[in-house]
Amino acid sequence: MAADTRPATITAPVPAAAPAGKHPVAALLHRRPGLRLAGLLSPALAWLGLFYLVPMVFLLATAFFDTDSFTGRITYTFSASNVVDVLTDPAYLLTAARTVGVAVAVTLLCVVLAVPLAAFMALVAKGRSRPVLVALVLTPLWASYLVKVYAWRILLAPEGPLGGLSPGYGWVAAVITLTYLWLPYMVLPIYAGIDSQTRSEGRGSFLEAAADLGARPWTAFRTVVAPVLAPAIAAGSVFTFSLSLGDYITVQLVGGTNQMLGNVVYANFSTDLPFAAAVALLPLIVMAAYLLTIRRTGAMARL
Amino acid sequence: MRCRAIAVLGVLGLALAACGSGSSGSTGAPPQASAYAGPVGAGEGKLSVLAWPGYAEDGSTDKTADWVTPFERATGCQVSVKTFATSAEAVQLFAGGEYDVVSASGDASLRLVYGDRVQPVNTALVPNYADIFPDLKDKPWNSVNRVAYGIPHGRGANLLLYNLAANPTPPTSWANMWEASSPAKGKISPYDDAIYIADAAIYLMAHQPGLKITNPYALDQAQFDAAIKLLRQQKPLVSEYWADVVKQSQGLASGALTQGQGWQVTANLANTDATKVGTTKPSEGATGWSDTWMIKKNTPNINCSYLWLNHVVSPQVNAQIAEFFGEAPSNAKSCALTKDKNFCTQFHASETDFWRNVYYWTTPTETCLDGRTDTRCVAYDDWVKAWSQLRSS
Repeated sequence: MAADTRPATITAPVPAAAPAGKHPVAALLHRRPGLRLAGLLSPALAWLGLFYLVPMVFLLATAFFDTDSFTGRITYTFSASNVVDVLTDPAYLLTAARTVGVAVAVTLLCVVLAVPLAAFMALVAKGRSRPVLVALVLTPLWASYLVKVYAWRILLAPEGPLGGLSPGYGWVAAVITLTYLWLPYMVLPIYAGIDSQTRSEGRGSFLEAAADLGARPWTAFRTVVAPVLAPAIAAGSVFTFSLSLGDYITVQLVGGTNQMLGNVVYANFSTDLPFAAAVALLPLIVMAAYLLTIRRTGAMARL
Repeated sequence: MRCRAIAVLGVLGLALAACGSGSSGSTGAPPQASAYAGPVGAGEGKLSVLAWPGYAEDGSTDKTADWVTPFERATGCQVSVKTFATSAEAVQLFAGGEYDVVSASGDASLRLVYGDRVQPVNTALVPNYADIFPDLKDKPWNSVNRVAYGIPHGRGANLLLYNLAANPTPPTSWANMWEASSPAKGKISPYDDAIYIADAAIYLMAHQPGLKITNPYALDQAQFDAAIKLLRQQKPLVSEYWADVVKQSQGLASGALTQGQGWQVTANLANTDATKVGTTKPSEGATGWSDTWMIKKNTPNINCSYLWLNHVVSPQVNAQIAEFFGEAPSNAKSCALTKDKNFCTQFHASETDFWRNVYYWTTPTETCLDGRTDTRCVAYDDWVKAWSQLRSS
């Protein structure tokens, strides 16, 4: 068999068990696991680097440029004034604090709503109704984000269908709407977490085992379900927290005169890109701190 | 690995923030350039237009609104249109260099001139320029040192809009939009842009004469601080700052908003079924806009550009655009050609007196626009920063 009849696709990674000597490339990859790993990882890493890290570095670099006050042209001279402004101006720090507050409130509300719902789905619902419930939890994700937020805008209008019950446009309305939007992202990890502990195939249910060993329902819940809740909640909170932190449309539509960090970025990016980039560093710092904390809980493994 | 990278970047950012300090640019002199000498010959075959929505319609939004196709047929210039939502966006897009002409409002036009993006316009090459209302020509937002940088397109005032049920007596002052004791508390809607600071300055002009404001776009630091103070006083009254005409018109029609600063077209939108929203230009005066068509510096499509400028301010087309968008046309002959014969009256197109205390959007510069030389005025980027802070606080 001459090499010229070899199909071109042979350069793709082949199973390690490929007979050595038949294809030189395969043989090489077989002998050198490091090369194999590099071949497998490099497209993904290139993607990550090119489309994720490079823009991030640009963002960071832009924050240290300046703009001409009048023409709006970026002047490419190093200046930390934007970053210093953002980090020292009480208005922006307050906005950052409020944004974090909203993200925390949304996450807590999601936990309060999702735990009983997910527990019901995983523990109480009978076989056939469970996939239906999962589908129902997912259904809102099929509708457009804007349609859902506008629906809440109409519902929460001060003179709207809720009448006197409506909190009006403001932080409360923003938190309610964001909770609605991100709830599925909290329900699913918790459901999956409880499900994995109670219905491991072939090993029977730990809950049933607990009951067989004489545990009362509450004890069974406390000793079997509760331990998986913390990492599951942490995993869900990564979604609810980060999605809330970056949101700016909801607060624009139902938040009244209030602003979150995203709104400040949005309002400034076309006139003063370096300043907007500097503001964008704030959620970046918050998210980095949050993810590092979450990682300690082991929740990253559950994402 | 990903979060570690983020963390490293974040820490790096903080470390860099600790050192260095910045400075911002200055206005400087307008760039030296000469206008096209002409004559305007045959078109080059294509033209790229950057316009406010509704200014360059080709029938794709509304079949009856099409003045691009007739232009293409008459001149052979194939037109591609890109629209923008704010003046800031216009300046940024035009800086990209892919557009030949732009419809710039007064808060964008000077930034384009001093940014060396546009060229002077030889008005002699635009025959329809002769019919344009004289009070629109040679103004600080379309000319520098008496050199025209564009052709006036149309104008409008930012009026006081009010819900008729909530305001049985038509208001004559902006007071309920500004005073802490306002009965409209929690139901007003100001414009969500830095240029709205000028509206505060107009109110101060009438109610705090001690500040000696003569031009709401020429504010020294003390005057500017007073305007910001007034805006902070207004904030608790605000239901929502508006940026979307439809949202504001719904609010005013339903009564969720009782007063707001806005456009005639917003009221018209709210009044399609029944008259629910009134408009007035209060005694203090108002801000407004006067848009200008400008040509890119060194455009290869200079003939098509001039043909387009002449086309959009021709009596027929200018009437079409004004009626479609809801503003006063710039061409005096357009008023006879509108479909609604009452149109020009409603939009005060030819009432010079109406426009006397309408202060058209202009880009504030460090050099005071009112001619003062003994002080420095607050420049546009500081307006944007102050607005951003106000909205964040």
